Amino acid sequence: MVGIVSYGGYIPTLRMERSVIAKAWGRGALKGERSVANNDEDSVTMAVEAAINCLKEKDRQEVDGLLFASTTPVYREKMNAALIGTAVDLNREIATVDYANSLRSGATALSAAIDTVAADSAQQILVTAADTRSGYPKSDQEQLFGDGAGALLIGKNDLVATYEGRFSISNEMMDVWRNSEDKYVKQWEARFVTGQGYTAHIKEVVNGLLNKYKLSTKDIAKVIIPAPDPRSHFSLSKLLGFDGETQMQDPLLSKVGHCGTAQPFLMLAAALETAMPGQLILMATYGDGADAMLFKTTDQVKKQVNLRTVKTLLDEKLIFTSYARFLSYKEIIEAQPGEPFRLLPSATVSWRERSSSLRCHASRCKKCGLITYPIQRICYNCSSKDEFEEIRISDLEGKVFTFTKDNIAGRSDDPVVIQTVVEMAGGVRFYGLMTDFDASQIDIDMPVRLTFRRFYEGAGFQNYFWKLKPILNGGDN
Amino acid sequence: MGKSIKDEVAIIGMGCTQFGERWDVGLEDLAIEAAYEAYEDAGIEPKDIEACWVGTASAPLIGIGGTTIANGLKLRNIPIIRNENWCTTAHIALIEACIGVASGLYDVALAIGVEKLKDTGYPGLGTGRGMSPVLEARRTAPGSFGLIGKRYFNACGLTDEQGKELIGKIAVKNHDNGSLCPKAHFHNKITLEKVVKAPIIAWPLGLFDCCGNSDGAACAIITSKELAKKFRPDPIYLKGFGIAMDSLLPHARPDFDWMRFESLITSSRKAYEMAGIKNPREELDVAEVHDCFTITELAIYENFGFSPWGKAKEDVESGFFTRSGGLPVNVDGGLKCFGHPVGASGLRMTYEIYKQLQQKVDNQKRQVKNPRLGLSHTFGGPPQISAVAVFGNEIG
Repeated sequence: MVGIVSYGGYIPTLRMERSVIAKAWGRGALKGERSVANNDEDSVTMAVEAAINCLKEKDRQEVDGLLFASTTPVYREKMNAALIGTAVDLNREIATVDYANSLRSGATALSAAIDTVAADSAQQILVTAADTRSGYPKSDQEQLFGDGAGALLIGKNDLVATYEGRFSISNEMMDVWRNSEDKYVKQWEARFVTGQGYTAHIKEVVNGLLNKYKLSTKDIAKVIIPAPDPRSHFSLSKLLGFDGETQMQDPLLSKVGHCGTAQPFLMLAAALETAMPGQLILMATYGDGADAMLFKTTDQVKKQVNLRTVKTLLDEKLIFTSYARFLSYKEIIEAQPGEPFRLLPSATVSWRERSSSLRCHASRCKKCGLITYPIQRICYNCSSKDEFEEIRISDLEGKVFTFTKDNIAGRSDDPVVIQTVVEMAGGVRFYGLMTDFDASQIDIDMPVRLTFRRFYEGAGFQNYFWKLKPILNGGDN
Repeated sequence: MGKSIKDEVAIIGMGCTQFGERWDVGLEDLAIEAAYEAYEDAGIEPKDIEACWVGTASAPLIGIGGTTIANGLKLRNIPIIRNENWCTTAHIALIEACIGVASGLYDVALAIGVEKLKDTGYPGLGTGRGMSPVLEARRTAPGSFGLIGKRYFNACGLTDEQGKELIGKIAVKNHDNGSLCPKAHFHNKITLEKVVKAPIIAWPLGLFDCCGNSDGAACAIITSKELAKKFRPDPIYLKGFGIAMDSLLPHARPDFDWMRFESLITSSRKAYEMAGIKNPREELDVAEVHDCFTITELAIYENFGFSPWGKAKEDVESGFFTRSGGLPVNVDGGLKCFGHPVGASGLRMTYEIYKQLQQKVDNQKRQVKNPRLGLSHTFGGPPQISAVAVFGNEIG
């Protein structure tokens, strides 16, 4: 049997009330809030977060492949999945692939992973999906979209849900699209898009799947259908004959927004977190056609506890109130430049230092046991040379040893940087910048964890590194 | 342990430019201003100089070598060695020049520190240190030294407000001193209230806890003890020095407490040992220490043994380090009032000690009474590098 071994979502900590956007434009507000990727987050960093969340207590050496799906990849040419796989500290001998260009690409990647494992070409494949789409300023989409990521580990053993089958159709129509140079999502008239595109195709694949496996709507415990807006979701559930209260999985539109390729993954994670053994879960996704997939939960589903549940992720939030900063973070407006950073990224340095900088490896002295980050060839304590082993510290938590709120080291649209020295488990010290913080809450001994973030751009590419993130709400669930 | 060079060499002339925003002069002009004052002070000609050590820090990666000084000062066909060692740049150039003369290779050597910060287009030293595009890419000077603050306050049981007032008093003291120093960049006296309420640069460091950003140069002419009195009746002798740098960025050092800095402790003890100082608090008459930020000066009091560990607060509050106190520190206003043109500062501080020991400071209101021993010091980088020099006006 093939199926889902584990799952994990990621929702950026920053959330903005939709009324903030509406007020800036003097227009009506849609209900609720949306997630906002911080200025150091993108589809790659969010995918890394989701992947690490998914891989809690899993042996990362046993993952044979990493697939990444996004309509907003960081690079157009250069594989984003290779970067994600390195930051997640997966084996080098794995297959990495980017899937792109459709909101359905997450489901497509998932199907590919399932088929590959079923064919015994791989034992375990990690599928990630992340998006940070932008709607036109003032548009409904600007309010409705959110940012997020999800990850699913596909394998054969210790499954929380088995894969039962799928039904897919491909379709060509200009309903929602972006040209290669476009920043914002374009769409045709809403009634055409919803009626002939989304609703018609989801209906076709859901009914196709039910017919193919001789099931009725009542057999399905949880129905996962991402939706562009709450109204379309509500209408579709009635059309399909599912009960909105008991069967339809919350599309998270009121708390997160529509996060593109990641939406079905986040919803599936939320569904699995609360599922009972032996339940059928149907997941349908739309984009240039549609896919419906069927999963059945196992007894393991009750045991699965990922690092941070969707509920925890929803609760871990900081309210973001600046529309000006939102526009700047989304690269819609350009804020006054700050002081230039003196060190441009260097491709060669980034490559040489990838074990420390990307994989987050420290050195542990084989002679005296001292752990230092970054990797030191000569031990700071006992001076033994090249007698160390690399250990990953990105999973460790730590406590703030000392910090300063530096008002000059940041970007001009986000100038306050918390320079932080942290003592982590095992005594290893990590010096870094804090992210996703409430400056008034920072103190010595505050618990923090590491998170992979975009550091700054220069030399024509993005520089990534690890940052320190306060553990909100008392930490893990 | 090698031999001591206590009293082996002496400074026979010094020069120091006006510090400040010197928009109208360049690096070479600053060097000329400092060097020609020193030539006149020593009564020598440029042709008498046999070797030169130049300290300059924030220059481009390549291209500012000894040649800059050769060009500017027209010092031809002698060795000119450039030193860059963070904030201790000038001190190490000076110490190397002293070692050069002590070796017997040269009779007269020049040490010069020069920095032109105001050509960069931005205030401050900029963001980013070292060579790694990630590990130190967002480091700033106030951000690094600010890390000492919270830890010190926490360890000493001070509230944030008490801590800010404590370091604020150091800023008030140094500005009071700077008001009496014509060559300083800033001459304004400030109140504690103004210090505490100033905009924050890197908490707990506010605007007045940070040194200014200035242009400047300073210069010393060194000769052997045998020749010193041929040049002037009151040469100033090198009593001892210490240079130390710890390995590994302190941020990454396991067990580092952010209060005890090995480089400060080691460099000062080496200098005391060579100078024969047992009790610096009692024996030193005047000191110029590295007050890049007020918290740095506070940490130095304890690391240098000027105050017992954890007791610097009492000394600050009793005025022990003011001009009329037991050990006047930064009597010319320090980096606080001169600003910190990185490669010049160590020699600028030594200039004050030199003039103090000769009792020839340019404003006698800040002259310390009958000083015999003085210390100058810079501390910098991550911070993990420290250089100390002790001087006296008599042999023995």
